[in-house]
Amino acid sequence: MSLLEVRDLRVSFGRRRVQAVRGVDFDLDDGQRLGLIGESGSGKTVTALAVMGLLPENATVTGSVRLRGSEIVGAPEVALAQLRGAAVSMVFQEPMTALDPTMRVGRQVAEVLRLHQGEESGPARERVVSMLAEVGLADPVRIADAYPHQLSGGQRQRAILAMALINSPDLVVCDEPTTALDVTVQALVLQKLNEVLTDSGAACLFISHDLAVVSQVCDKVLVMLDGQVVETGTVAELFTNPQHPYTRGLVATARFDQTRPGQRLPTVEDFYAPDTSVGGRP
Amino acid sequence: MTEPLYRAEQLTRRYRNGGTEVLALDHVDLTIEPGRRLGIVGESGSGKSTLVRLLAGLDRPTSGRIWFEGTEITDLPERRLGFLRAAVQMVFQDPRSSLNPRMRVGDIITEPLRSRLVRRQLPDGIDHARRLAEVLDAVDLPTDSGGRYPHEFSGGQRQRIAIARALAPKPEILIADEPVSALDVSVRAQVLNLLTDLVAAQGLTLIVVSHDLMVVRHLCDQLAVMRQGRIIEQGDTETVYSRPGAEYTRALLAAIPRIRTAG
Repeated sequence: MSLLEVRDLRVSFGRRRVQAVRGVDFDLDDGQRLGLIGESGSGKTVTALAVMGLLPENATVTGSVRLRGSEIVGAPEVALAQLRGAAVSMVFQEPMTALDPTMRVGRQVAEVLRLHQGEESGPARERVVSMLAEVGLADPVRIADAYPHQLSGGQRQRAILAMALINSPDLVVCDEPTTALDVTVQALVLQKLNEVLTDSGAACLFISHDLAVVSQVCDKVLVMLDGQVVETGTVAELFTNPQHPYTRGLVATARFDQTRPGQRLPTVEDFYAPDTSVGGRP
Repeated sequence: MTEPLYRAEQLTRRYRNGGTEVLALDHVDLTIEPGRRLGIVGESGSGKSTLVRLLAGLDRPTSGRIWFEGTEITDLPERRLGFLRAAVQMVFQDPRSSLNPRMRVGDIITEPLRSRLVRRQLPDGIDHARRLAEVLDAVDLPTDSGGRYPHEFSGGQRQRIAIARALAPKPEILIADEPVSALDVSVRAQVLNLLTDLVAAQGLTLIVVSHDLMVVRHLCDQLAVMRQGRIIEQGDTETVYSRPGAEYTRALLAAIPRIRTAG
């Protein structure tokens, strides 16, 4: 049994039942890292939210998402709250909105620990400080006592990473975790993410529009287009020998360095013409 | 020797942010020759946006001087900046916030032509409808786009609208501040191709601000690397890429994520 089994997942929104995800299947094994790539509106974030059981109330979900065999789709909120933060956790794009601005960072990380393990504040504090050190924060005691606005973007995102990993989850879902960061900070956060995932053995579902970033973190990649998976493969297969015309287009546009400066860059349309008759695209 | 387009000496800009003073730009010297394509790269807080806002006359330096085509613009009052407003146009990062959602695209694009300051710099009787058709064509948008609203367009198309608006008063200089950062990878290449074509076809001087070194490398022949309010390295783009002089430039180049296909 895989850690995560997604079968014929369909998500639609609102009264008009616009389908954002249209029949997605995939498996994720323990310790495996799966990248989800595609452009905005392709359904990658909605898929991730469905895995977390975090979709808003106006979403209609059918199909199945099983985490260690237990069904997420249709599960009561109480059961989901038990899973989230313990068995599965999430890292979002914008660290400032994921942190409470009025609470010291250490307390926020400790809260996650206490909610799921009910420890007293003494040992929790030690765990928090050592977790902050593990994600590469040089001065973990000072960081624990700081408020989010006193930290840099990279420090905040690593604090979030500490929060996501402190309960040793089986699965960490990352949605564009480094998109809001500067390149040098992104490189550092990705390196730390790789290290902590390797150390903890957690599996990762990693969403990004940046193929290069995905290739540095993941073993396998799913390409999404209009709510469907159009191609799956290992990082090496997909980036060296893409099969679907859309994937070929994506890979070509990501390989900037292969076009001489000033020359025309390849576009996705050179490889793939969207089929407007299906109605997936506006 | 011809007069440079821009000359800046010891440009400094300080802000007060609450109780603390921020030195956004720290004694920057810069010369831009006509027809060049200059890329300004740096991370957030490096001062790159502050610098181009000063060049565009959208902000004033705390100290230092700027000349545009030989005329000092450092302390010129707004009413005498018409020539600069007509000659320099900007494209911003996010077309969702840079386009007024309640205006029709046609009115958005021709707005610079109606500006009192800019109008005086333009040839008499410039036909707005004709100019609208010309710039829509230049950015590959359908001719009937003028009657529609921004929300009816995709992100890439909206950035084309912003570019069309910038082109409307026939500027000499286009300043693009992170022009493709808010766009999907799949449309990024299209907008970059469009910018390349427009700059070549219309003989524009281009100034691109970006955190993305690959974008700048693609568009620009000259490069300035900024950090903490200073230009720490500048030169010919290919030279800086192949033989970076500053330690920080090397770190920036090393941090660019690359596609890893092995293992």
